Amino acid sequence: MTDTILDARRLLCPLPVIRTQDAVQKLQYGQTLKVLCSDPGVVQDIPAWCRVHGHEILNIQEGDDEIVITILVCNTE
Amino acid sequence: MISGGLDSLLAARVVMEQGVHVEGINFYTGFCVEGHTHAIRKKDRARPKRNNALWSAEQLGIKLHIVDIIDEYKDVVLNPRHGYGTNLNPCLDCKIFMVEKAHEWLVANDFDFIVTGEVIGQRPMSQRRDTMPVIARDSGAADRLVRPLCAKYLPETLPEREGWLDRDQLYAFNGRSRKPQMALATRFGFADYAQPAGGCCFLTDRQYSVKLADLWRSRGRRDYELDDIMLLKVGRHLRPRPGFKLIVGREEGENKFLEGYRKRFVHMFPVSHTGPLVLLDGELEAGDLELAARLTARFSKGRDAASVTVQAGDLDGSVQMLDVVPFPGEDIPADWYL
Repeated sequence: MTDTILDARRLLCPLPVIRTQDAVQKLQYGQTLKVLCSDPGVVQDIPAWCRVHGHEILNIQEGDDEIVITILVCNTE
Repeated sequence: MISGGLDSLLAARVVMEQGVHVEGINFYTGFCVEGHTHAIRKKDRARPKRNNALWSAEQLGIKLHIVDIIDEYKDVVLNPRHGYGTNLNPCLDCKIFMVEKAHEWLVANDFDFIVTGEVIGQRPMSQRRDTMPVIARDSGAADRLVRPLCAKYLPETLPEREGWLDRDQLYAFNGRSRKPQMALATRFGFADYAQPAGGCCFLTDRQYSVKLADLWRSRGRRDYELDDIMLLKVGRHLRPRPGFKLIVGREEGENKFLEGYRKRFVHMFPVSHTGPLVLLDGELEAGDLELAARLTARFSKGRDAASVTVQAGDLDGSVQMLDVVPFPGEDIPADWYL
């Protein structure tokens, strides 16, 4: 079950990344964040942000108009 | 401070080589070129553009903190103490502001000094020998601001005095030549890095600055919201009269992006032919709707047709159909185009 949902639709990169970053900072180790996006750039940028911060991408669902990325918070430093 | 360009990548690497723990910080002003228009325009989606700041952080193996400074940045754009560059680019004030924000972050997060990729003589406004001390002073960072690529031309900084950094292992790059940076990139094994591409900020772009100045003039005040500056990046902008502007989507990706604004603008699109979504900005006067419909038809596949049907949507959700003769392309006055 997802702990938090972030609606970042209609935002263009890097804003979805920034909102993701801000949301993850409020979560605990092991919690999950589902990010709803419309900018296709997130498919590259959010995983890149997760890699440099040590979080795990659990799933990326790409639809015609919406992309849903689920993140597992792995690093709470 | 990681911009995504080669210089900041190298500067961070030079410091890391001396055993310093580095984390990246990157600022988002709303005017950053990074990614936006590529995300909007469908033709660019086939070659997705990476975020170079994140890419740099990955190459370096460091964290990257991206900070939204959209609101605070307005004062830099609207009231630059050191003035504008060739266009509406307040480069020196921008650099001072970003270093100031980095310094605030440093204090809040218990870091010791700031590293930038500045090189004396690299840029005409913000990277000159005489502006380097101004940035250090006015930002409040003072001697906690280190420019590893040109440090040998500058006074000793706190990290050098304290022995955290060995000045002998810092560099003396200057001028516009990129050869020293490329050589250093090769030494560090960076084969793939962002090429200089004429700036990272829309404010350095002449056409963009013209549209921003037009926005301020038409509203009678110098101000903007994020949506204003985003819309200036998208579509053709035509201003037939001072209080009335059209934003015409140029292709499917832009039309889709503009669709998100349909509830906030009177808008129209052709229904008898394929064509653009058009937003109408301003207080409409008699004749504006028909003129806009004719221009919409002009930029549609029905431009040579005898008549095009255009659907116009009002702010209250009501719609009306207009059958119009497309505006002849050669009759559109050149000064309508922004």
